[in-house]
Amino acid sequence: MIRYNEISKTFGKQRVLNDVSLSWDTPGIYGILGPNGSGKTTLMKMLLGMVHPDAGEIQFNGRSIHGQYKYREDLIYLPQIARFPENLTVQEHLALIEQLRGKAPRKQMMIEHFGIGGFLGKSLRNLSGGMRQKVNLVGCFMYDAPVVIMDEPTVGLDPISLIALKELIRMERQAGKIILITTHILEFVEELADEVVFLLEGDIYFRGDLSSLYDQTETTDLEHAIAHILTKKKQTS
Amino acid sequence: MIKVIKYSLSDLLRNRWVWAYVLFFWATVFGLHYLRGDGGQVLVSLLNIIVLFVPLISLVFSLMYMYQVREFIELLLAQPVSRWSIFLGYYLGVTIALGLALVIGIGVPILLVGTGVAGDAWMTLIAVGVFETAIFAAIACSLVVRNDNRLIGFGMGLMIWVFMAILYDGIVLLTMVLFEEYRLEGWALAAMTLNPIDMGRVLVMFRMDYSALLGFTGAVFQRFFGTFSGSIVLIGAFFVWVGVPVWILRRRTLKKDF
Repeated sequence: MIRYNEISKTFGKQRVLNDVSLSWDTPGIYGILGPNGSGKTTLMKMLLGMVHPDAGEIQFNGRSIHGQYKYREDLIYLPQIARFPENLTVQEHLALIEQLRGKAPRKQMMIEHFGIGGFLGKSLRNLSGGMRQKVNLVGCFMYDAPVVIMDEPTVGLDPISLIALKELIRMERQAGKIILITTHILEFVEELADEVVFLLEGDIYFRGDLSSLYDQTETTDLEHAIAHILTKKKQTS
Repeated sequence: MIKVIKYSLSDLLRNRWVWAYVLFFWATVFGLHYLRGDGGQVLVSLLNIIVLFVPLISLVFSLMYMYQVREFIELLLAQPVSRWSIFLGYYLGVTIALGLALVIGIGVPILLVGTGVAGDAWMTLIAVGVFETAIFAAIACSLVVRNDNRLIGFGMGLMIWVFMAILYDGIVLLTMVLFEEYRLEGWALAAMTLNPIDMGRVLVMFRMDYSALLGFTGAVFQRFFGTFSGSIVLIGAFFVWVGVPVWILRRRTLKKDF
């Protein structure tokens, strides 16, 4: 369904992705991990057509996404930083997305799921970081698409909202969706991910399920596994 | 694209700066009418405001608005809408809003106090203002896409305005003085079409039959504008002036990494 073929990308002098080939065909939750600047966000933005690869091709449902936009009907995206038109209320903001994308079938359900019904009339500029992230989540999940892309979805969320989010992600997996998540919160990945991809300096360092990662690194948790990879990399370079 | 235009228009028509712009024109037209009385004199005074002030306001306002929009552009780019239609929609939204503000700002007082001179000179003045708005809003939008740093974007925008509104005339005048022994009417005509501010100013002056003020060059201009092909060239030049920055905006938008 999603295929990256030999993708390279350089920003200025920094090579962010180096001949990366990757694909996801089966439903599941996939964690994309790596240190800051390892190319996680770039990889996701490329699938949305926001960042153009210098070399290589990205395919969605067997077709190149280059210059296309209709395929994004099958994608929903949660951006890393929730930036909104400040002069709008929450309700108007959700209506703006609906104006662009069409009627959202799960709007009311998501408003209730994340408990934002009480501040629909509030201006976005007056919302706290956590509240903005909830609005961001509702704006994303009010659509029902087969692929979900989330960039740091837990930022600013309180424990109740975090539980609501995990519940929703599990529901989406059961519904047969491909869910791609980048995050620095390793417990979140450990708890949810079926498989992880570890990016390091623009290359895929590891891809597989968590138990294979633990076996390969001779560790028992994700934190130590990543520390092991990074230390080993430092020693070899 | 229509959806983006509709959204940006509804957003902009609630913007207090757009209404301040309308009020500024009302105050200026009524003020000039009160002080000068004669419609022709009001038009000439307003001409200088239109050719210098409208490009500056269009540039600065569009820069401000587009930098604000850029903040949440990621959210829009993730939707199943083409990248170009988002940017073109915003560009047209800001142009229509400022253009409408200009038409209402000048049109309403003129309808109330009367034109005094031929109505077509007023129509030309408003049309020039709308074209200037479209040109400088397009320049601003392409600067926003080019420069992530808004200080550089604003700096470049103001430099463009200073060049076109002030320096350009000085440079043209200098070439005229340096090469005064040559026939320069053709160059004067070409130099005018290379700057939309000059083009607008000259076009309105000729609609008011003030060409005699420009001496022999004025006669050449009069002959040129008097012909059908001259008018077509001038209208064509305005469209080129809108089209080139829009084309640059499109190129930059499609290549940009967000």
